[in-house]
Amino acid sequence: MGAAHNYEKVRTMANAMEIYKLLPKTNCKECGKSTCMAFAVSLLSRELTVDDCPPLKEDKLKANYGKLSDLITPAQGASESGMIVHEDKCFGCGNCVVACPVNVADDPHGAGIGRAPTSDKVILRVKDGIVRTSNVQECRRFGKDKILCNGCIVTCPTEAIEFV
Amino acid sequence: MKRQSMVILLNENYHVCTGCALLCDDIEVITDGKKITEVKTACRKGVSRMKGCNEPMSPTVDGQQVDIDVAISAAANILKNSKSPLIFGLGNSTDGAQKKAIELAKQVGAVLDDTSSFCQGPTLEAIFNDRIKSCTLDDVRNKADVIVYWGADPSNSHPRHLSKFSYFPRGQERQRGWEEDRTMITIDIRKSHTAKISGDKFYQIPLQMDAEFIDALIDALSGKVPKVSFEFDPKRILELANILKKAKFGTIFVGLGLVYSLADMEPVVRLMDKLNEVSNFHLIPMVGHYNMRGFNQNLFNETGYLNRVKFEKGNSTDVQHGAEFSIVESLNNKTVDAALIIGTDPLSSLPRSVAEHLLDIPVITIDPCETFTSRKAKVTIPSALSGVECGGSAVRMDGEEVKFEPIIDVKDQTIRPSDEEILARIMEAL
Ligand code: SF4
Ligand code: SF4
Ligand code: SF4
Ligand code: SF4
Repeated sequence: MGAAHNYEKVRTMANAMEIYKLLPKTNCKECGKSTCMAFAVSLLSRELTVDDCPPLKEDKLKANYGKLSDLITPAQGASESGMIVHEDKCFGCGNCVVACPVNVADDPHGAGIGRAPTSDKVILRVKDGIVRTSNVQECRRFGKDKILCNGCIVTCPTEAIEFV
Repeated sequence: MKRQSMVILLNENYHVCTGCALLCDDIEVITDGKKITEVKTACRKGVSRMKGCNEPMSPTVDGQQVDIDVAISAAANILKNSKSPLIFGLGNSTDGAQKKAIELAKQVGAVLDDTSSFCQGPTLEAIFNDRIKSCTLDDVRNKADVIVYWGADPSNSHPRHLSKFSYFPRGQERQRGWEEDRTMITIDIRKSHTAKISGDKFYQIPLQMDAEFIDALIDALSGKVPKVSFEFDPKRILELANILKKAKFGTIFVGLGLVYSLADMEPVVRLMDKLNEVSNFHLIPMVGHYNMRGFNQNLFNETGYLNRVKFEKGNSTDVQHGAEFSIVESLNNKTVDAALIIGTDPLSSLPRSVAEHLLDIPVITIDPCETFTSRKAKVTIPSALSGVECGGSAVRMDGEEVKFEPIIDVKDQTIRPSDEEILARIMEAL
């Protein structure tokens, strides 16, 4: 299982490189990241979106913008733990946010008691009415000690979360 | 300690969502000063309320755009010339606006009613009169081990109900999480999104059979063999009765599905009495509009009735109450000759045959957004979106008061006046 974990990492790195190649590579910091490489990693982890890089929207980079949007869609679909959020189905009820055991452990006085998450470590949170993922490497289905957690699947009224 | 202070700091930035009567008070927003651009933690329903209407309303008289002061005096004129005006709505208004509306109703001798007369009114009436034991949502979170949704589908109507209060959160006496510490039951006529989460604790009954099912359940709770006229395994009713009996702290959430299928609340009162004989049960109505319960409470405090009243003109304390003063009967019997509609859309929520009379009388609407009713209204007065453009207080579905500040800077001159301000200005103009 350790190998699988490493494989995930390798795959992630390759993807980040691919993404980086399409970025303006000026390190202008407009996206809030110190380098374009850091932005590429944020794109992968879905912390930021392609739209967060303003220079990409300039005419001369339009083609790259398009390619990146295509590239990020699959990565957005299935995160490294295989989690897919069907955003069209999610209506932001927060059931998964409150039921996720990692969220409860990391944020017992926020997400754990049904309130807004107060920790940066949570995996699931709701923004603009739709669930967003971060720190997916902490998901119990991921990594070398993985277990078949299904907390966020069985609590979702609309089957908006799926693992592949 | 350090962490604690961070949490408190965060709390100060929290806002209240007025998307439904859960009034979630842990919402963070990002604004550009005029509009909300990002909302954290609110459900999709809340986000769409906070981001404002797609079609904001303009001040108009007879379909012509006018200055808001002109619209306000036109509204005052209509009320002045009316022998029997109807004031209706206010479920999406603050307590302050509701109290103003009661004053206005007294001044002009109006029939005053809200949507509760055709939804949760009977449930609230039983609670206000202490016929049914209730509790707060915080009690539910901290203590409830058995939760019943009856004729309710909060996953659609109050999306965060399960995650914030009832099933999923940890609470003082419910530390081990939903799988071990709580049982959630859904009783409904169809397998709703909420029913799905109940798994094998979903009890599907035929349309209009709630009263019969209640009586069978009471029998089962009394140790008798439960019988119903429709096909339903009596073993499952006994199993349900057993779960309810063993509850340490049970709560039934009553939805419109149950209210609509009963002629009156008596079966529910009987069930609650029985449950509290053999167990410990509370009931909370699934109030929809964010401050409908506030309206009922405010009117009840003032008159002893929670809806369907008629005041005598000229600020007298005389008030009549009865079914004939509901919006439905007033329109059916054509006993009102003008209508002031605040924050609601009767033309789309009432059956056409009932609402028709609204097309024959002068209608004034006060609302932030355009509605079916406003499109047919003689006078429209745009108001601030409460909870976003104006603050105030409201009563959560469980009776707890929640105060809130406006999210957008109210010093901005372009912001529309609040319902309360508009009502006060109408009263002045009278
Ligand atoms: S905004 Fe784009 S170009 Fe500028 S540093 Fe970030 S990634 Fe690079
Ligand atoms: S699978 Fe389990 S740990 Fe992973 S996000 Fe879902 S609930 Fe959390
Ligand atoms: S439980 Fe499902 S619908 Fe609710 S927030 Fe999570 S993904 Fe969205
Ligand atoms: S559940 Fe109701 S109050 Fe809470 S965020 Fe959703 S709409 Fe707003």
